[in-house]
Amino acid sequence: MRRLKDDMLLCLIYLAAFGAEFLLIGILGYVFVKGFPQVSWHFLTTVTSVLQGTTGIAGNIVNTLYMVILTLLIAVPLGIGSAIYLNEYARPGKVVGLIVFTTETLSGIPSILFGLFGMVFFGTALGFGYSILTGAFTLALMVLPLITRNTQEALKMVPEAYRSGALSMGAGRWHMIRTILLPAAMPGILTGILLSVGRILGESAALLFTAGSGYFLPGSPGRWVRKLFASGGTLSVQLYLSMSKAQYSVAFGIAAVLLCMVLGINLLLRILAKKWDVL
Amino acid sequence: MCLTDNAVKDRNNRMRRVRAVEKAAEMIVSLCAFTAVAAVVFITLYMIANGIPAILQVGCKDILFSAAWKPTAQEPSFGIFYIILTSIVGTFLAILISVPLGLLTAVFLSEVAPKWLAAMVRPAVELLAGIPSVIYGMLGMMVLNPVMYRLEQRIFAGSRMHQFTGGANLLTAVLVLAVMILPTVINISEVSIRAVPPELKVSSLALGASPVQTIFRVTLPAARSGILTAVVLGVGRAIGEAVAISLVSGNSVNLPLPFLSVRFLTTAIVSEMGYAEGLHRQVLFTIGLVLFGFIMVTNLILNGILRGERKAR
Repeated sequence: MRRLKDDMLLCLIYLAAFGAEFLLIGILGYVFVKGFPQVSWHFLTTVTSVLQGTTGIAGNIVNTLYMVILTLLIAVPLGIGSAIYLNEYARPGKVVGLIVFTTETLSGIPSILFGLFGMVFFGTALGFGYSILTGAFTLALMVLPLITRNTQEALKMVPEAYRSGALSMGAGRWHMIRTILLPAAMPGILTGILLSVGRILGESAALLFTAGSGYFLPGSPGRWVRKLFASGGTLSVQLYLSMSKAQYSVAFGIAAVLLCMVLGINLLLRILAKKWDVL
Repeated sequence: MCLTDNAVKDRNNRMRRVRAVEKAAEMIVSLCAFTAVAAVVFITLYMIANGIPAILQVGCKDILFSAAWKPTAQEPSFGIFYIILTSIVGTFLAILISVPLGLLTAVFLSEVAPKWLAAMVRPAVELLAGIPSVIYGMLGMMVLNPVMYRLEQRIFAGSRMHQFTGGANLLTAVLVLAVMILPTVINISEVSIRAVPPELKVSSLALGASPVQTIFRVTLPAARSGILTAVVLGVGRAIGEAVAISLVSGNSVNLPLPFLSVRFLTTAIVSEMGYAEGLHRQVLFTIGLVLFGFIMVTNLILNGILRGERKAR
């Protein structure tokens, strides 16, 4: 009787695990089989236009690049600085507790609420309107906890002897952080950055009402800067809009491209994790 | 050997510069650290400031406890009771599906699987966590909705009461949500199961319990606070998910019954923010405030669990 019950439970455990495995294989297979036939050089390098009769996502790819780079430019210094303060300068107490608590809170706020906040704060109050800049500020708040937490973990892993060694040789605290700690913590920091890139690539709810849905390429070279202040939909946003407009073939094409990017990030994360083990 | 005057001055200057840099660096990093505090304060203030006006204008009872949602009618009414109810029921059902599956998978990864098999399943879980939510929504729409529609046609064949939804209903949304929170549940519970001291397991085995009995009677109960954390995090993710379920849930305001087209707190915002104006728009912010309230409550619960855990150690 006991044997039977044990075997049944074990069976359930295996079923659940294989379920997760097959779920992933099913998703990847389905998206790639349906999506890759849509992806062509043409699809990747033109902009959707009724006049020219083209369907393409070049504009969205450029927007996505803008969004990733700009968001990281804002969030990475803030996140790393915050982690350095928490780990190297601050003494444990109420202030640190507050910062840790708010960082946790920030990571629990759903992206749609970030979208609402970004729309009324960066968009309306600060006057950036529907623009890539508004979207990037909004996403920066969203990925800030990821970068802070990963940097902090990495700093904690650096042996105490590195610190006392550098300090006892007369280095200032900041000098020690800049030349000893940050290089040693680099794999952890990169992990945080890569995870953030993944979130930015996949985000749509927070961007719908902040960065909007523009899909054109900036025309002349001078417009590349002005593009920051114009609306621009990333790949994920365009995927959502294509689905709502029942343009399924475009949607599957974008989905295949997005999944390739996600797979690439995953691979890089794996390589980084191996590097950590060596350390 | 003694230093000349110039060299002394030079050294002092350098020292002063170094000290200034040190000071500035400390200032800057402490400012960085307050970004998170400022962000949370601002978000809270803006949510309240934008969400309250509609409550004052329409009335607390008419907004929160009325089921009539007709924002664009001649005499508009803004009852979001069904919308709140849908979010609660949908999240609860998604947890009900996802937690048992996630727990079993976590047990598999940490206790049962040989190393090579775990090394195949774990990356799969990580990848599932990385797939963008809009792709889950797309798959739900292309794969689950047609299946649901067929099921619906069979169940409600000949029923004159039922409004056919084409498969975009609560059940589909719940399934999509369950899949989306699965990686969170698996990861957090796996970590907490691994943290159970091996002595506990060994003593249980030595007392004659079988490995499976040990897992379910000793290891899992010992990891319960971590598992609870996983559940609460799952609730937070499920209640805040927007675009994926807006594609599959049909988007009409209804009682949350399995085969009815429904609207969640999040999907209400996504589907109407684009064109809403005036009071209607303000009510959407009230919905945002309600969602914010739910998230804050789950956050506080999470904090309580973590604090309890720290005390127990």
